[in-house]
Amino acid sequence: MKKLGLLILSASLLLMSIGIGSAQDNTLIMARAVDATGLDPHTQTAFASLRLLELVYEPLVTTDQDLNLAPALATAWEFSEDGLALTFTLREGVTFHDGSAFTAEDVIASFERILDPEVASAAATNYASIESMEAPDDLTVVFNLSVPDVPILSAMASTNAVILSSDVIANDDPSLVTVGTGPFTLDNWTPDDTTTLSANENWWGDGPSIDGIEIRIIPDEASILAALRAGTVDFALLNDPLIATLLVDDPNIVLNRTPTLSYNVLQLRAAVEPLDQLEVRQAISCAIDRQQVVDTAALGEGQVTGPLTMASFALPTEDLFCYEQDIERAQELMNAAGLADGFTLEVILANAEPPVATSIAQNLQAQLEAINITVEIEALEFGTYVDRWLAGDFTAAVALNGGRTDPYTMYSRYWQNDARFQETAGYIDDTLNDLMVAGQTETDPDARYEIFSEFQTHITEVSPWIWLYAGFSYTAHQPYVTGWTPNASDSIYFLSSVELDK
Amino acid sequence: MTRYLTQRLISLIPMMIGVSILVFAAIRLVPGDLITAQLGTEAGMLSEEQRQSLEAFYGLDKSPIEQYFIWMQDVLTGNLGLSVRQGQPVLELILSRFPITLELAILSVIIAVLIGIPLGILAAIYSNSFVDVLSRIIAMIGLSVPNFLLGTLIIYVLSVYFRILPNSGNYVSLMEDPLQNFQQIIFPAITLGTSFSASVMRMTRSSMLEVLNEDYIRTARSKGLIEFFIIRRHALKNALIPVVTLIGIEFGYLLGGTFIVEQIFAIPGIGRLTVNAITQRDYALVQGVTLFIAINFVLINLLVDALYTAIDPRVRYDG
Repeated sequence: MKKLGLLILSASLLLMSIGIGSAQDNTLIMARAVDATGLDPHTQTAFASLRLLELVYEPLVTTDQDLNLAPALATAWEFSEDGLALTFTLREGVTFHDGSAFTAEDVIASFERILDPEVASAAATNYASIESMEAPDDLTVVFNLSVPDVPILSAMASTNAVILSSDVIANDDPSLVTVGTGPFTLDNWTPDDTTTLSANENWWGDGPSIDGIEIRIIPDEASILAALRAGTVDFALLNDPLIATLLVDDPNIVLNRTPTLSYNVLQLRAAVEPLDQLEVRQAISCAIDRQQVVDTAALGEGQVTGPLTMASFALPTEDLFCYEQDIERAQELMNAAGLADGFTLEVILANAEPPVATSIAQNLQAQLEAINITVEIEALEFGTYVDRWLAGDFTAAVALNGGRTDPYTMYSRYWQNDARFQETAGYIDDTLNDLMVAGQTETDPDARYEIFSEFQTHITEVSPWIWLYAGFSYTAHQPYVTGWTPNASDSIYFLSSVELDK
Repeated sequence: MTRYLTQRLISLIPMMIGVSILVFAAIRLVPGDLITAQLGTEAGMLSEEQRQSLEAFYGLDKSPIEQYFIWMQDVLTGNLGLSVRQGQPVLELILSRFPITLELAILSVIIAVLIGIPLGILAAIYSNSFVDVLSRIIAMIGLSVPNFLLGTLIIYVLSVYFRILPNSGNYVSLMEDPLQNFQQIIFPAITLGTSFSASVMRMTRSSMLEVLNEDYIRTARSKGLIEFFIIRRHALKNALIPVVTLIGIEFGYLLGGTFIVEQIFAIPGIGRLTVNAITQRDYALVQGVTLFIAINFVLINLLVDALYTAIDPRVRYDG
């Protein structure tokens, strides 16, 4: 017993002796739960990797806080009249982290690398219309396209389209050597532990005003919350709404919510009985109170959304098919389909990916009981889920799908003839295909808006998928971190303008 | 003794081959291949040509049997392969993570022993007294409170009431800064150690009770020996054998990584390395780590067997 007392005593002494571990005062200590899975910006698709690489590398164009295109390595851009040539004027005086100058040659080498099948960039399809590239001078690049391709421009505002040094491409392995033009240089990456970045003194933009960033991986978001409260981290990225909401009333921590482009959806595969009947899909759409899904599954942390999540294209949800719950109509539709007694709907989801997936499915299960649909939930490990999702090996799925700034880039993978994800989508019709083709080639912004308005009304009416809501992404920081504006694309590129006053 | 040890070491070889085949097959039988694990749903955006070039790069274009022999050949030359994610040699990764796990395991066992053995002895000596009941209640709580709850509670108390959190993802090694390292490792060690101390306590108690009822103890008592000596010299040594076995097995488990505690306390140990490797289908890393853990486990059991002879001279392995 004496020993136990001694142990308690020494433990409490220890508690008192522990001070707050502080690194250099002007380095931003950032915490997040998931680490990057690799360093090659052209092939990495994991959000966790992109959140690191966007600090180091830059694309030709980027998006500002409101998702409008903004200059990055290019200062100006212009489509030719026929939409078949896209010309970029490059920024002058930009240097790579190794000191070499940024020129048109690097742009061409980078896009050649992205399009090289050996590199296996999953984003390459977004740039498939590039037929050739030329550099009339060091600071001008012309992309010659096989078809007029308006969305290619916003698709270039991506970390998968950043510019690498042609020298590194020729002589090194970009998954090991990280030479970019961005506001920070990568000093060290110890996976699952710490990543250190220092400010790029020669960056072309204003800043950074901090000396660097130390990214720490704290795998459990509840522990990130604890670290914020203990003051051992300055800034954190959070995913789980249940954790983030715990910070809402905390006067000592600033919590930022940003609506995401990604959306939670109930995917119905119209290729499978009885979902092949339009009435059944519509009945499901009418039976669901989407706001209730947000309120119960995500504690109100989200906004009911239609197919398009970007404000510039999204129609008000009341203009979309059956966004107001209507059980009576749903039952009528079920009767018309000859399924008044209902049926069993098998729904797959990925365990904890997103954290709210199970809650969403359970809420839908409860709601669909009203029209006698029995939902059977099958929770899968993420790898298994992805396999079955890609193969279209499911009847229905609760999914969190990524969004893009342009509706064409976002959905052409699903709703176009011969699209890569046609099996996953499980539905196609001529209207959808025609709208997608028109959406790619139309150069007039107003006409494009019309095209994608029609896309939204049509697709919600044929209801292959039931769009539910777009969640929030969260950043939290100490009050002494100033100048941070969250970006609707989730990018943390603008950490370059953050200031610290510890 | 030497012959016995040699025999045991030689028996390691077929066992390792068995483990290697098992793990090689298991990780490939899990649905979802390396490419989908790396790219997620975006894997579906790859063209046939792109996918083939990736498969060739990872050696997935060869038959599994061919892949196994290529891997085995490398392993025999001391090359465990490269981790897909970091492009780092697997062996280097394991060796960088292992000291962390080893330190955590040793410290947890020390804590478990410091709490469990004295409490177990007391409970046995004063069996059915207040002390016994109390320690049994403590043991029951220790056994039934899961690590993730205890760990989370510790973190909550530290951060909310003391406004400190020794490890906020900035783990430092014992070599870099022993004091800070100790501060970071002590709470996870307490989390692991206290729950393990419960089983140590129970084992010590029951084994001690058994020994205390032996004839030779009665003889010692009738000789008029002081109770303290009886317990220390005669009873404890004999009672410890099952406890040492228990500690050995638990230590082996701890060396395999303690994923949940590593996850909660942000400690980059073997457990997180393994689980992340599995979710990312990092074949070479999963295979390498598993082999390493298996070898550790066997060696520790061997060490425990050798320890018996030190504790109880009656235990002999030869002749």
